[in-house]
Order: sequence, then structure tokens, then C-alpha cells
Amino acid sequence: MISRRRLLQTSAVSAAALAARGVPAWGANAPGVTATEIKIGQTMPYSGNASAYGTIGKVELAYFKMINEQGGINGRKINLISLDDGYSPPKTVELVRRLVEQEEVAFLFQTLGTPSNSAIHQYCNDEKVPQLFVATGAAKWNDPKGHPWTMGWQPNYQTEAKIYAKYILANKPNAKISILYQNDDFGKDYLIGLKAGLGDKFERMVVKEASYESTDPTVDSQIVTLQGSGADTHVTAAIPKYAAQAIRKIYDIGWKPTHFLTNVAISVGSVLQPAGLEKSQGIISADYRKDTSDPRWKDDAGYKQWLAFMQKNLPDADLKDNNYPYGMMCAMTMAQVLKQCGDDLSRENVMKQAASLKNLEMPMLLPGITINTSATDFAPIKQMQLQRFDGKSWELFGDVIGG
Amino acid sequence: MTSVSETAAAPGTRQIAGLSLTRWRAIGIVGFLAAACVLPFFLSNYHNLQLATVVIYAIALMGLNILTGFNGQISLGHGAFYAIGAYTTAILTTKFGVPYWATVPVAGVICLVVGFLIGLPALRLEGLYLALATFALALATPQLLKFKPLDPWTGGVQGVLLRRSASNPPWGLPLTRDQWLYFLCLAIAIPMFWAARNLIRGRTGRAIVAIRDHPVAAETMGVNIAIYKSAAFGVSALYTGVAGALGAVVVGFVAPESFPLFLSLSLLVGIVVGGLASISGAIFGAIFIEFVPNLSDELARSIPAIAQWLLGFTPSVAEQAATAAQWTIYGLVLIAFMYAMPTGVAGFIRLLWSRLARGFGEGG
Amino acid sequence: MAAFLHQVFSGLATGGIYASVALALVMIYQATHHVNFAQGEMAMFSTYICSSLIGWGLPYWIAFLLTLVIAFLGGLAIERIVVRPVEKAPVLSVVIVFIGLLVIINSMAGAIYSYTQTSFPSPFPSDAWYASSYINAHEVGSIVVTLAVLVLVYAFFRFTPLGLAMRAAAQNPVSSRLVGIRVGWMLGVGWGLAAAIGAVAGMMAAPIFFLDPNMMGSILLYSFAGALLGGIDNPWGAVIGGFAMGVLENLAGAYLVGTEIKLSVALIIIVGVLVARPSGLFGRQLVSRV
Repeated sequence: MISRRRLLQTSAVSAAALAARGVPAWGANAPGVTATEIKIGQTMPYSGNASAYGTIGKVELAYFKMINEQGGINGRKINLISLDDGYSPPKTVELVRRLVEQEEVAFLFQTLGTPSNSAIHQYCNDEKVPQLFVATGAAKWNDPKGHPWTMGWQPNYQTEAKIYAKYILANKPNAKISILYQNDDFGKDYLIGLKAGLGDKFERMVVKEASYESTDPTVDSQIVTLQGSGADTHVTAAIPKYAAQAIRKIYDIGWKPTHFLTNVAISVGSVLQPAGLEKSQGIISADYRKDTSDPRWKDDAGYKQWLAFMQKNLPDADLKDNNYPYGMMCAMTMAQVLKQCGDDLSRENVMKQAASLKNLEMPMLLPGITINTSATDFAPIKQMQLQRFDGKSWELFGDVIGG
Repeated sequence: MTSVSETAAAPGTRQIAGLSLTRWRAIGIVGFLAAACVLPFFLSNYHNLQLATVVIYAIALMGLNILTGFNGQISLGHGAFYAIGAYTTAILTTKFGVPYWATVPVAGVICLVVGFLIGLPALRLEGLYLALATFALALATPQLLKFKPLDPWTGGVQGVLLRRSASNPPWGLPLTRDQWLYFLCLAIAIPMFWAARNLIRGRTGRAIVAIRDHPVAAETMGVNIAIYKSAAFGVSALYTGVAGALGAVVVGFVAPESFPLFLSLSLLVGIVVGGLASISGAIFGAIFIEFVPNLSDELARSIPAIAQWLLGFTPSVAEQAATAAQWTIYGLVLIAFMYAMPTGVAGFIRLLWSRLARGFGEGG
Repeated sequence: MAAFLHQVFSGLATGGIYASVALALVMIYQATHHVNFAQGEMAMFSTYICSSLIGWGLPYWIAFLLTLVIAFLGGLAIERIVVRPVEKAPVLSVVIVFIGLLVIINSMAGAIYSYTQTSFPSPFPSDAWYASSYINAHEVGSIVVTLAVLVLVYAFFRFTPLGLAMRAAAQNPVSSRLVGIRVGWMLGVGWGLAAAIGAVAGMMAAPIFFLDPNMMGSILLYSFAGALLGGIDNPWGAVIGGFAMGVLENLAGAYLVGTEIKLSVALIIIVGVLVARPSGLFGRQLVSRV
């Protein structure tokens, strides 16, 4: 039973903690910027069906905490306010307005989710608030002319699907293709990309499409249906949980297609191992990151840098989760932008610096892949490389594509 | 136990400080409306957005209360009607160029018809089974919204974006967009609440409540159960559909992800916490479901600071709790509310009133 | 033909899980006349506890049995501590308490174990004699376990004095007290048993669906539907309903309407059945005197 006195004390402490968040400075700098602090905001799905992505927010908070302990950037500490929108667009709108109008953040960083970002797309561009490095792989964020305040980060899903299409056309022109996709913008982007990559051959080559909802318990039934179509090539555009189920079921029913897997679900530790390493042999994917549980990177300098960061700042984290290097690299990109800003932290300059990244290297990017932006190019990472799983790790093959 | 003076007084004339219940209620309503009209000018745009959302939820909850509170039919699927209303507005404004305010009554009528049609098979289902059927409706809604043949209208998984500038204050009124939208919602809510009040107080309301309390007796008295129950479903859907339409205008974006199961559950939570079978309950419930999640989040974020103050240091558990505890706190608050006020806030106020009135009555 | 068999067996496999959760729902309903919406989350949390026990080195079956005991005690404790204060409250208020419980348990699981999915071991070796390309060893094993639990539950309610006392306490608490049944503890034991059954369901489900805090959320709807389809007061009906849901869902997706709206179609079918037979296929028709 909480006593009234304790309740009042708690309220007082909470009020004090809230008030101590920082006094905004005005002038050329963006709101939320003072001589000692830069306040930025984001919304993440810490609850609901997409809560597996919440780890991205966690690692970004930890990264900025580390930066602050080392003195901050140009003498300023970074205060990232990360709110839970449960992957619901109306909630995102409300929280973003709270961040911009009440918390007065300088800009938004890595707001997650295509529908969530679509909901605030117009608002941010109308109010001229940078919507930086949005955490989604949709193709529409690279639009400097129409939406100069919005920028993505990762290569988009349609590009990835086009790479698979190109590979199929070059190596298996008579393939019969099936696709399993999540019934939302993420999954559908693979369908669109495949269509774009195959062109007029799409109708003839794709023999069956099957979707699933993120509220479905399993995709076993869909896999059985897809096998029944007689396809000999298969694309899986699913998040880790369902990708693991799909890989296992495909093996169990004795189907042996050429299997393409979205790079969202390539983690050896959290997808391929639970599905079964021998069941995952031969799977092809196109990625831009090093997989954390792939033994081939054991002695790689970038990997060791990431590992040291994780062990020091997030010791209880599940290292097999590829969201951790993703979040860390996004935070590093953000830190680089702020560094380039120097003392001019106006919103215009932040956007300008974000659009001036040249050959920026990151510890967990595949060798040969760098970050590049310009005033007409708002897609920081455009390159990927094909890789094949040999039962133990991902073997890269071919050249780095795109760019 | 009641004093002689109370048993002698006629029922309904209990008084506090010389004024009867009806007088106090009238004062309350007038005061509340006055505050509602004046408040937006003292609040930031963000808070006005929240106020508008509260009004929208209140309309939706009023609808659900008519069905579940007054008529006793449990619905776990009202999020579906909210979605239908929202998409109606979105499609009409973007594909057919209808002005946004004109789409609101259209959304209401469409939901009235759909609700009535759903109410027909629901006649056969009772309690748990009806809950399941409506639960299924809530879950099926996002999937149906993504149905490929409907894509040209619904925008499929991409959703529909409404132009913000279309809903700016008209006639050059000196209001911000958020203030204007709030007043628009209020202007729609007030007559709707007034209509609900008259409905409940009249013959229809009595029939509906009779069906809830004792269907067999009601039927014997000549109440046509089928018509009233289906009509209750329809009217309830109308209210929620109007709320959805206004919601689409305020948020400016609709997508299948905007109407998850959690929305339907929140509406149910709203009417129970606010008070079943009560009109003011809809308002209390709306305030609860809009603000308590945010407050839980604020409280969760203060956990490290509280731990620091209590223990002198911040254990890593406290840091973890800051990002993870929001919904745990929300769940605890929910349960605490049900312990303290099992009949909801409105029921609690009623209880308070009768205690106070009795106390004054005895004291003379 | 092979594809059809695949679909049916696949449906039976997932249906087996739906059936076991449906059993837990029936248990709770028979003991308390409430449907516990937090049942799935309790099952998921018990599975995580088992996962931790295995992680600390306990062999599978020891961890399994220990988890059952912990789940039982947990269910009992929740009933006595959380549900008891609102026993006399209106039905919907109790539902809100269940929703609150659901949110708390889900949130705590996410906080303690994170939302990344993990694998969970299966006690059935993958190359067992009963495995086939239609249905793997674990799926067969979980169906057998479900049926075993069903028989135990049925026997418990039908043939043991405790089971009879529990049913009496739920149907008529006043009269039960008069004959000396301790109604409060009956409710608690009912919750405990339901929690234990749920734990079994969770531990059977996790190897198939992969363990994450949202694992049971999707299963709960199908189990709920299956339980009602078969009759919420009939354990046999609930199990048949659960299997039916699994097969129906698969066949609807494969042959009727495609995967895009198979959930909606399956639900329309259920609602249709309920409209035709409002107490479920095998439920008892309730006749009330006027």
C-alpha cells in the first residue's frame, strides 16, 4: 500500500525530473539546442506486433549515452527522447507533435515504420523539421525535390528485390517463382520490386504469391500452398520469426527451391540456427551489413569494434540480433552529421550536412560499401552484395551492386 | 438507519447546500461547457490536438455505451466501425473531392447501415459468443482493408493521406488549425450527446435498457427485441463511425495499422472505466484512454530519477524499466481503477453523491 | 492430393496447439465462469520460465514438471490476490482486470526477455519413427500430449470429487457453500490448473511457432474461436473445435479465398456456425425458466 506521503514525494520527484529536461535556446540554432545539449526525438514500436524492432531504439540510446560520457559532440551532449508509438500511425502523429511542439526537439531521428513515417511525412515537411534517417526500407524517402526535409538510411526493399530478379534472369531464365510476403508495405515492396525487375516476364515466371499477417501464428500452410504450385525458385519476404518457420517447413516437406531471403531475416543466430543450419543451406540473400553471428567476421576489426561497444554498454543484449549493428551505425551516421555541423545547428544546416556525406565508412558495413549523400541523392546506402549460406556462414559472391 | 427527515422527503429531492441533484447537474454541465469553450485559447497546439482526440473518443465511447452499457450487448469490435468511418472520410475527400465536413454525416449513415446489418446475425449470439464474433470483426478489419480488389480506393497497405491544408480554419477565423478542429469536434459532439441523452431518457431508451435487464419480460410487454437490438447496434455504429471520420481529419492519415485490436480493447476499457450505462462516463473514459498511457510513460521515464533519489544510485534495472515499464504501469493503473471503482468513474461519482446527500440529509 | 494431405496435416498440427489452449480456457470457464483473456500471456510467461530453467542446466523433463508446479502456484496466487477483490464486481469490470493482467504480463515478458524470438527445445527427437514429410515429430508429439491432457481434464471433472466440487462452486456458489465447499479455494485451484494446462500448451507451441512475447496473442483468437465453436463448457468440444480451426484456416487459405483474407473467411464461417447453433457444436443448450 503506497502511503499518501510517498505518493506526493514521488510526484514531486517526477515533476522535478521532467522540468530538468532542458531549457531551449532560440536564435539561429534549432529549438532543443543549447550550449551544452542537443535534444532530438524518435518514435519506436516498443510494444505491439512490431516490438522486435524496439531494440533499435535501445541501442541508439546506449550509443548516445556512450558519446556523452566521452564528452559529447563539439561540447554538446545528445539527448535522445525515444517514445513508444506501438506501430500505430495515429499515435505516431500525436507523439511527433509532442516531440516537436512540446519537447521542442531539434529534429527527428530514425522514426521507425513505413506507415508511421507516412503519417508524419507532410507535417515534417510543412513545419520544416528534419525527418532524418527514417528506419524503413520503403522507396519513397529519397525525394529531395518534393520532400526536402526527409531522408532514409538503408537500401530500400524494392532495390533488393530487383537484385534477386536480375540474378534469376541471368542464371535461371526459365524459373518458376513463388513468393511469401508479409501483407504490409515491407512485404509488398518485394512484390513490387520483383515485378519491376522481371518486367514483362513477371506474369509468366511468378506462378504463386502467398501472404501472411503479422498476427498469424504460423506460415506453414502458405508454404505448403506454394510448393503445390510447382515453383522451383522461391522468395521469402518475411520478418525473422516467420522466415525461420518458412525455412524449416520448406525443408520438412521435401521442397528444394532456389531460395532468396530478405536481408531483414538473415541472422545466423536468430533465424538460421532455430530453423536448422542444415535446412538453411544454399539460401541466397543480398545484404549491406556483416551478420553478427557469422563466424567469418570473428577477427574483423569492424566487428570487434562493434562487439566491444556492445559488451561495454549493453552487456545483457542478445548479440545475434542484427538490429544492434543497424542501430549503432545509424547513430554513428547521426553523430557524423552533427560533427560536420560544428556550431551551426540550425535545421537547415543539419539537412545540408546530412546531404553531404562522402564515402563514410562504418564498422559493420560489408567491405566496399560506404555512405554517400548529395543534394540530389537522399539515399545514404545504395549498395548491396549477394551472398550464399553454406551451412556455417554467409559466402559473399559477385561484385558490390548499385551505387 | 435513515433518519426520519429523509424518509419523509420525496425521492429525488435530496439536496446538498440547498440545491437539488438536477440543479447541481445543470450547473456542472454549464460549467463544463464553458470551460470546454474557453480552454483551447490557453493551451498549446499540441494540447489542443489532445483535447480534440478526447472529444473524438468521447463520441466513440458514447456509441459503444449505447450498445454495451445500455443494451447489454458486448462488443469487442467497435474499432471496425471507427475504421469504416475514417476510411469513408479519407476516400471521399481524396478520391471524390468532397469537403471534409460533409463526409462526416456520410460516414455516420454508412456505419448506421453496416452496424444494423451486423446487428442482425448478432441477435442470435449472447454474451461470450457475441464477444467472440465482435472480437473476430476487430481482427479481420485490418486484413479486409488490405484486400487487393479494394486497393484503388483504400490505398492498400500504403493507406491514404489527407491534405492538411484542406482542413484549415475557414472564413479567415483567427484560430489555429488545431483550435478549429477541436471546436469542430465539439460542435458535432454536443448535439450528438444531447440526442443520445434524449434517446436514453425516452421510450426507446427504456426499451433498450429493459432488453438488457430482462429480455423475456420486455418481450411480454410488447417490445420488439429484434428491431431494438439491431437498431441499437446501428446507432452505436453511427456514433463510432462519426468519431472515426473526425479522427481521420485530425490525424490526416489512415492505414490498416491505424486500427489494431488494441483500439477496440481501448474503447471497451474506456466505457468500463468511465462508467457503463452513463453519458458522463463516455467523457471520463475518453480522458482515461487518451491521457493514462502518456502519463504511464512519463512515470516510467522517471523511474531512474526516483531510484536515484530513493537509493542514491541508479541500478541498471531502473534504466531498463524506464523504456519497458510504460505498459506495466498502465496495466496496474487499470486494475487499480477496477478495484477502487468497479462501476467506473461515473458510478463512483453517483455513489459519492448519494453518500454526501445522505450525510447532509441526516444532519439537517 | 499430396498437397491436400499436407494442408490437412499441417492444420492438425497447429490445431493441436489451438486445442490445448482451448482446453485451458475451458478449464478456467468451468471453474470460474469467466474467460481469462490473460491465459495466453500466462502460458507464454511459463514457457519463458521453462526456457530459463533449461538454460540453467536442468534437463528438459525436470524443467517441464517444475514449470507446471510454478505455473500452478502462479495461477493460484493471481486468482487469490488479483481477481479476488473484483469477484463480486460486474462482469465487464472483471474483463478489464483481465486485460490489465494481459498487458502487464506481456510487458514484463518483453522487458525481462526482450522481443527477439528464440528457439525452444522439443522433447521429441526429430528423426523419430512417427515423423513424416507431412507432419514432423514434434507436431505428432504435441497432438498426443494434447489428447492426453484432454483425457485427464475430462476424467478430473467427471470422476473426481474435487472436480465435482469445482464445477459446483462455479455454477452455484451459494449452494456450494451450504454443502461445505470452500468456494474461494476452488476458484484458486481452478486458476492454478488452467495455468498449468496453459503452460503445457505454451511449451508444446514454442518449438513450432518460436518463442517471443507475442507468440500466444495470435493463437489466443483461434483457441477462443475453437473453444466456442465446440462449446465452452465441453472439453471434448473445445478440442475438436481447436483442431477444426487449424484445418479450416489452412483449407480456406489454400482452396477457398487465398491467404490474403483467410482469417476473415475463417471467422465468418465460425460466426455462421454460431448463428446456427448458438451454444457451439457440442455445447449444452441452456434453457432458462421464465
